[in-house]
Parts: sequence; C-alpha cells; structure tokens
Amino acid sequence: MHRYIPNAQSDKEKMLQAMGAESIESLFVDIPAQLRMDRDLDLEPAYSEMEIARRMGELASKNVGTDQLVSFLGAGAYDHFVPTVVNHMSGRSEFFTAYTPYQPEISQGTLTTIFEYQSMICELTGMDVANASLYDGSNACVEAAMLSCNLSKKKKRFLVSTTVNPEYREVMHTYFKFRDFELEEIPMKDGETDYEAMADMLDKDVAGVLVQSPNFFGVIEDVERTCAMTKEHKAVSIVSVDPISLALLKPPGELGADIVIGEGQSLGNDLNLGGPYLGFFATTNKLVRKIPGRICGQSVDADGQRAFVLTLQAREQHIRRFKATSNICSNQGLIVTRATMYMAAMGKEGMRDVAGQSFQKAQYLYNKLIATGKFEPVFQKPFFKEFALKAKKPVAEINAALLEKGFLGGFDLNTKYPMENTVLLAVTEKRSKAEMDKFVELMEVIG
Amino acid sequence: MKHYDKVIFERSSEGRRAVHLPKLDVPETQVDSAIPSKFLRETPAELPEVSEVDIVRHYTALSNMNYGVDTGFYPLGSCTMKYNPKINEDAAALPGLKTVHPYQPEETLQGSLEMLHDLADMLAEVSGMDAVTLQPAAGAHGELTGLMLIKAYHASKGESHRTKIIVPDSAHGTNPATAAVAGFEIVEVPSAKDGSVDMDAYRAALTDDVAGLMLTNPSTLGLFEKNIEEIAKLMHDAGGLLYYDGANMNAIMSKVRPGDMGFDVMHYNLHKTMSTPHGGGGPGAGPVGVKEKLIPFLPMPVITKGDDRYYMDYDRPLSIGKVKGYYGNYGILVRAYTYMKSLGQDGLKEVSETAVLNANYLMHRLKDHYNIAADTVCKHEFVMAGLTDDNNHQVTTLDVAKRILDYGFHPPTIYFPLIVHEALMVEPTETESLETLDHFADTMIRIAEEAKSDPDLLKQAPHRTPIRRIDEVKAARDLILKYKDSLQTEA
Repeated sequence: MHRYIPNAQSDKEKMLQAMGAESIESLFVDIPAQLRMDRDLDLEPAYSEMEIARRMGELASKNVGTDQLVSFLGAGAYDHFVPTVVNHMSGRSEFFTAYTPYQPEISQGTLTTIFEYQSMICELTGMDVANASLYDGSNACVEAAMLSCNLSKKKKRFLVSTTVNPEYREVMHTYFKFRDFELEEIPMKDGETDYEAMADMLDKDVAGVLVQSPNFFGVIEDVERTCAMTKEHKAVSIVSVDPISLALLKPPGELGADIVIGEGQSLGNDLNLGGPYLGFFATTNKLVRKIPGRICGQSVDADGQRAFVLTLQAREQHIRRFKATSNICSNQGLIVTRATMYMAAMGKEGMRDVAGQSFQKAQYLYNKLIATGKFEPVFQKPFFKEFALKAKKPVAEINAALLEKGFLGGFDLNTKYPMENTVLLAVTEKRSKAEMDKFVELMEVIG
Repeated sequence: MKHYDKVIFERSSEGRRAVHLPKLDVPETQVDSAIPSKFLRETPAELPEVSEVDIVRHYTALSNMNYGVDTGFYPLGSCTMKYNPKINEDAAALPGLKTVHPYQPEETLQGSLEMLHDLADMLAEVSGMDAVTLQPAAGAHGELTGLMLIKAYHASKGESHRTKIIVPDSAHGTNPATAAVAGFEIVEVPSAKDGSVDMDAYRAALTDDVAGLMLTNPSTLGLFEKNIEEIAKLMHDAGGLLYYDGANMNAIMSKVRPGDMGFDVMHYNLHKTMSTPHGGGGPGAGPVGVKEKLIPFLPMPVITKGDDRYYMDYDRPLSIGKVKGYYGNYGILVRAYTYMKSLGQDGLKEVSETAVLNANYLMHRLKDHYNIAADTVCKHEFVMAGLTDDNNHQVTTLDVAKRILDYGFHPPTIYFPLIVHEALMVEPTETESLETLDHFADTMIRIAEEAKSDPDLLKQAPHRTPIRRIDEVKAARDLILKYKDSLQTEA
C-alpha cells in the first residue's frame, strides 16, 4: 500500500465486491496474455519520504550551482534576482495544480493572470497582442518562422541572422529539415547582422527575417533598419529580445517589428539547467488569427460580470486538428504565473532599475577588464548587459582557474563561432562592486 | 470560491513599490553616452505600481477563484489529474538543483546529470524501450520529436517516399496537428464503434508510401486495443513504424509495455503519469522512448555515463539535432524523478492497478444513469455518451458539466473523443479515495435526476461559481486581449 494511494486493501475489496469482480487482475483480462509482463519492473523498491529527501539532497550536493558561485555566465539564461514574493505566490497550489483553464467558471485565477501577462508583454514589446506563451525562446523562434512561411504559398525562404542565439538557430534548423522551406543564415559583421549581406539575400521569395537585439554578443542592433528592409520585400520582420532590456531600450513595436519574441526566463525564473522557461510571442492585430498557442480574452458572464476565457480556439489543434496553426497544446502556465508576478513585483520603476543596474554594472566590468591590459574589446558597439572580450589564452583554461576560486566564468564563444580565446560575459543587477573587483583581480592574474 | 474582480493594473497607484534593489555601487555611466539615443526607450512601459502586500492580496484572491487538484476531485479524462506530491516540489526547489546554468562545466553538474541519466533509464524500463530522450517540452512536442525520428529513419534507408502517417479518428487532436508540422500527410482511418482500430480500413490504408501509425493504447475510449499485435505486424510488414501516444500510460505500468506491444517510438506525458503539476496549462515534459534502430537519430546531446562521470554526448552524426533549447524541462524532470523513486517497483504497479479499479468502479456506479460508450472492462478511464434520459434532448453534456461545477467538482473531459456523441470522459486516477468516488457518483446520479425533474437548473448552471457561463462568442468577436484594450472599450 503506497502512501500516495488512499484506498486501503479493505476499500479495494469493497469496490470489487460492489462490482461483482473477482480481483483487480480480472480487470486486465483484455490484455492478451502473451503481451503481459511476466516479471516485475526492474526498478528499486519505493523510497520513503525520508529516503527520497536524502537522495535528492545527495544529488543536489554533487552540483555546484550559482547559489555557491559568483556567475558571469549568461548567453541566453540569466542570473537575475527573483523576489521572494514570486516564489510564495506562484507556490499557491490553486495555481500550479490546476489544469488548462478549459472550465473558465472555476479558472478565473489562471485566466486573469494570463490576461495580465499578455498585457505586460504588450507593454514591454510595444505590440498589440501577445499569446499565453510557448515552450521557450527557441520554440518561439520556430513558431514565428513557421507562421511567416505559412502565410504565403510562394515564399519558401526564411532568413535568420548569425547573431541570433546559436541555441535558437540549432532548434530552427531541426524543424526546417522536416519542412519544404529553406532556412538561410545572414552573416555577421563587427558583431552585428551584416546589413548589406542581408539586403543581397532579400528577395520576393523570403517569407520572413529573424534578428535579435541585444544579439547573442550583447550588441544592440539597428532593428529599425532590418525591419524596414524586410518590409520592402513584403516579408515578416521578427525580432527576438531580452525582456529585461525593454525597460531601457526602444520596444520593437516602435521600430517596425511584425512579431516580437523572446526568452522569458529572466522574468522571475530560476536557471534550472535550461528549463522550464517560457517563450513569449507578441504581434500585431493583423496577425492575431495566425498566432500559435493559447490566447486569453475578456468577455462577460451570464450576469454581465467581466470574465476571462480562452479565445480564438478555432486556430488550435483540438478543433482544427491537422489544419491547426501549430501542434502546440500547452502554455508554460506556471512560468507565466511567475513572470506575471515578477513584472508586477518589479513594476514600472523596478524593471527600469533592473535594466539600468545591469547596464551600469556591465559598463563598469567592461571598462575595468579592458584597463587590465589583458583583454581586448572584440566589437566597438553599444551593448546592454553582455559583452565579448578577447583573451590571451583559451576560455576553458581561464574558466577552470576561475571555478577554483568560486567564480563561474563567461561563455566560450569559440564553441559556437570561429572566435578563438573569446569570452562572452554577462552582468546582472545581482553582481556587487566587490564581486566584480575580485573577479577583475583574478582575471588579471589568470588571463 | 470567493468572487474577486480586479486585474493587477487596477490596484496600481503611482509611486508604490514591492522591490527595492540595493543602491547602485559602481560609478554611473551616462546612458546615452554608451547607447545612441535612437535605441533608447522614451516612455516607460506601463507596468503596475503595487506594494508587496498588494501583490499578496491580489494573487491570493485570484487563487481563490481557481480549482486545482489540491482543491478537489478532478476526473478530467485523458489528463491524469492525480495528486502532485509535496516532496516533489521540495526537491525541485533545492538550491543545488535549481540554480544551475545550462552552460556550466559538466563537472559542476554531476548531480543533475546523474539524475537525468537515471530517470531516462527508469522510463525506458517502464515502457520497454531501449533508450529515452528527455528533451521534448510537452506531449505534443514529444509526438513531433517521435515523428521526426521516424522520418529520419526512413530517409536513412533511402525511403523518403514514405510521406503518410495514419491517425485514427479517435486520436488526440495533437496527433494529426503534429504529423502536419513534421511535414507528413495525414491519413485518417475510422474507428470501430468501440473505439478500436477498424481493421479493414487500416489494411486499406497501408500503402507503399506509409511512414507509420500513431496510436494510443488504451484508446481514448479507455479500452485496450485488442488487435494490437496484428496492427503492429501489418505495419512492420508494410515497412512502416508504430508511434505510441503515451497519454494513457497510467493504466498499464508493470502490466504491459509499449515496447512489448510492437511500438517503435513513444512519448510520455510526465505531467500525467509521473505526477508533475499541470501548472494551469504547463509546463509539461514529453520524454521520447525509442527502440534500438532509432537510437542514432535521437536529439542531441545524449546524457551518457562515462567511466567516472556523466557527460553530454554531442558526437551524434545521425542525430536529428536539437528540438528544444538546452536539455528539456529539467525542473519538471526533477519532480518526475522524485516521484518515480518514491513509487518504485511495487508502487508503480499499484498505481496502474488502482487507477483501473477506480475507473471500473465509477463506471459501474454510473452505468444506469449515463450511456456507457463501451460496456466492457475499461482501463484507467471510460467514456459516457451523455445521459440515458436527456429529457427529450433538452439536456446536453455541456449542461451536465456546468452543473457538476455547482457541486464543487471539476467536470470530466467533454465532447472528446469526437467519435462519441455527447461524450463525457472520466478518469478518476489512483489518488482518490472510495468516499470521493462515491460522493462524485452520488452527485452525478443526482444531476441525472435533476435533468429529468428540472432541466432548466442544468441549462442555467453553474449557479454557485464566482462567475457564471461566459459569452465565448463575444470574446472571439470583440477581441479584448490586453488591459489597455478594455480601457478603450469602456471609453
């Protein structure tokens, strides 16, 4: 009798008797005997709560996380501060043990939260509408690209800048292999999209163009320019953004973007080894009926009270089946709840503080590291909270030495680009001057 | 449930703060000296200005209008809304497990990698598959990964002409939608009345260009597919592969395994079978298991056990690539691992046995009042085709479902599977007591009586929820998708 199963043997016997069934085994007679397992599963016996708590503690102790290390690692996943109110309120089990809000009368908590989330994402991105989220940043890229390709029967090419997060591009390449569309990469120049090369690649067959700003190197790109170029060819302009940056930087909605997407991890979510995160997706009113995934809308109930409900469901797989806009059948509910609470907790001023301090501290660290004479700037471009530096030795070597001192070094750009000895460092509001000064001191010796 | 009618923006008041950062401790750079002003935001995003107390009161009030598994019985067919054990949440919140960055050096991730490797092994054993990838983020994402693997397999054998996927009409909507996203044509085959595969239609669909079949077993009617061996043999003889939709794994653990039934590739829904919380719509996790011949094509990286440590193997020349950023919905995988270890060998068996017992018991209690779609032993769920007496077609399944809300239960899944008229799909799961099952059955019977005596009571239901039936047509017609839209509508 397992502790998660309330019915005891006596209950089970009562039930069998009521049904006139001989045994539980008799309920499995429909499975052909030759298919039945003739042995027990080769698994360990059940762990008691005490034992599993100990086991999980042991596993945790075999890791060294950013709770113990001073981290300058970003590259798409960031160590921003999470206010405790986010953990406490998203931890209310009425939110996290609920299913998708298909019964809106008893799901107004979830639905109102999604509506708030959509509203906040629209505020940050400057777009008309947002959906209730996709799996993650890479999945948002895929869905936006597929939407563009599906808009026209003739356009078969999709362009993505090489400065877009390599993780996202890898996932896009996987999806494109299975479709009749071509995914082509726009080269980079001086740390940003090569605008001239992009102009050469654009033609009437291009369905859409994806750029990222701040891009993978932290560089702020000329999104207005890429959107204008894209639109000249009647292609869909898609911009991937860091939502934190939008408290400081001009929203893509004001720069001509048709779709704005991105990774929402930094909005109140732990690093969690890369997931679960959330992909946000915002667009214009014009494309509202093409959006993948769930959307929450406002309506009224039978008494005329304001109420929220999932809407435009005719786009979705459970209605449209193979004609659906996407096969996606979930949103990142729990992560959306956290992101909403985070944006509410930070609020209008707090979000500007997070962005502002991340920017200020990144500037400080950049200047200090350059001043050591051991590191050279790679790109002379404006950046937000992340920047690339050229070292005199391999990044892996530097990072190994840093780790011994309790520091998590930056991302080795040579693992994804032909850029030897080049490190990508990220700075969030969590880093103090003392930590950065210590880091610079170490880097000066190691580098 | 208490009614509450505010969105967070309506609690906003200028100057309120919930969080203050420490004072900036580095010399300040003039922003527009470092970033050209054309790149800078001119007007701040209108996010709420609220205090910490405002947030706590607001979201507590909202949570009071939500129904979760912790609130009560949730017999939502096909969704396996079982109890989500508390220790799983504690495990996922351990700082050593949750604060790890995906690009940290492997030597700092040995605990996580060991856990993921061990979890994949356990999932392989329960399913009878040879290897499992944990990368897919959800069930539908697992389906997509599985179909990509099938396509890659055929391509590797020079059989790219296999462009069709067979999907029964009783399948989950994600099956055909996924096949389309993976670039397949869909051949829908009708089901027999009991929800099983119509063998004549199936045989006819087995043409040279078929890549595979997607099947749920037990079916969406909660019945074991009696012809599964023949279905598998026919498909393999025709050169195709079998995909198993693992939505209904909760019925069969330790009893029969997809790998032994003849399936080549499958996904799990860890948020169903392995008790991870549904989160109000996600995140899920959809690990994919494969037979040996598909292993070379699995997404990268593959978490591998070396001589003295665990590592991520990217040296996979035939891999389809990455299907998701990083390595999967790790935080969910931690919970599933905790659950599987907590249940263990005997526990998982008891899970399936009790889930099946509970479903059969409820079906038995309701069979005189609702039309049972197939009168035979069911597995972990069963489908009812509306009321036995619907008062001259006055009372629909939707009315019944809305009336159930008044009695404090979550209704079953309704109008699915599509092949059953007025369907109500009930999945009690193993984590409900006899008293809960009886209380629900008594309520359903009482509602069936009400349908006869006072149909209007059902047609106007719900009466006791914080809000009543919602005008969905209006929601889709007068689109209000963000707070600012609602202000414009009022003005």
